[in-house]
Amino acid sequence: MNTAASSVPDLLNRFRQGDVDAFEDLFRLHQRAVYGWILRIVRNPAEAEDLTVETFWRIYRAHARFEPGRGFEPWARRIAANAALDWLRARRPEEELAPDAAAPAAADPGVSAEIRRKTAQAFNRLPPRLRMAAVLAVVEEQPQKEVAEALGISVAAVKLRVFRALRMLRKDLERQGITP
Amino acid sequence: MNGHHEQRIGQLLREALPPAESGAQPGRDLWPDLLRRLNRGPQVAPWFDWALLAGLVALAAAFPASIPMFLYYL
Repeated sequence: MNTAASSVPDLLNRFRQGDVDAFEDLFRLHQRAVYGWILRIVRNPAEAEDLTVETFWRIYRAHARFEPGRGFEPWARRIAANAALDWLRARRPEEELAPDAAAPAAADPGVSAEIRRKTAQAFNRLPPRLRMAAVLAVVEEQPQKEVAEALGISVAAVKLRVFRALRMLRKDLERQGITP
Repeated sequence: MNGHHEQRIGQLLREALPPAESGAQPGRDLWPDLLRRLNRGPQVAPWFDWALLAGLVALAAAFPASIPMFLYYL
């Protein structure tokens, strides 16, 4: 890794020209952030690892389109979000991993494991675009501006997707006799 | 749906899907996998992907009213 020997702008410029060494340096610098972002969406460490590889592969393929002035991390996050969205679309809801029914540390004792399980299943039935906005903005409580940048939409569109996701979730739960 | 309902559903969702661990990192070095992928070059989409795409385009052309439905589920 040559990061110490070269400045970040130089690294980004070399990456833009297709330099694999510069790409490896960028990979080492950003893989943890990209992995963490993907993990928040797919919630499965093994899948998040594979999608991190997929994301950086897409990043390398798009190196000529990279604009150094706009920063590497927001660009990488957007490509990661697209890769994760493709993954969500390719999976059927019933293929999702069973949610962890164990109560989280700060669990509300009034919410049973059964309700948590049904909520997670109902969430998995939402359209992928709505799921992604809701998991990032509501579950992970990421800033809406960051979510909007990663999804390539406006903050108002993020709010709308979250609203629609929560409304569909409520209706699904009500059909199952659960009144939140 | 009012703000209270929205908050309650959000809270229920956080109960059902606890936030991912912050500071998580991959359990292995991913660079060798990435390097293998880079050396393999781009994969060509299989013929049935193109056939599926052609079918969807034909369907959208024959039934334009189905386009919003497709967009909704994308």
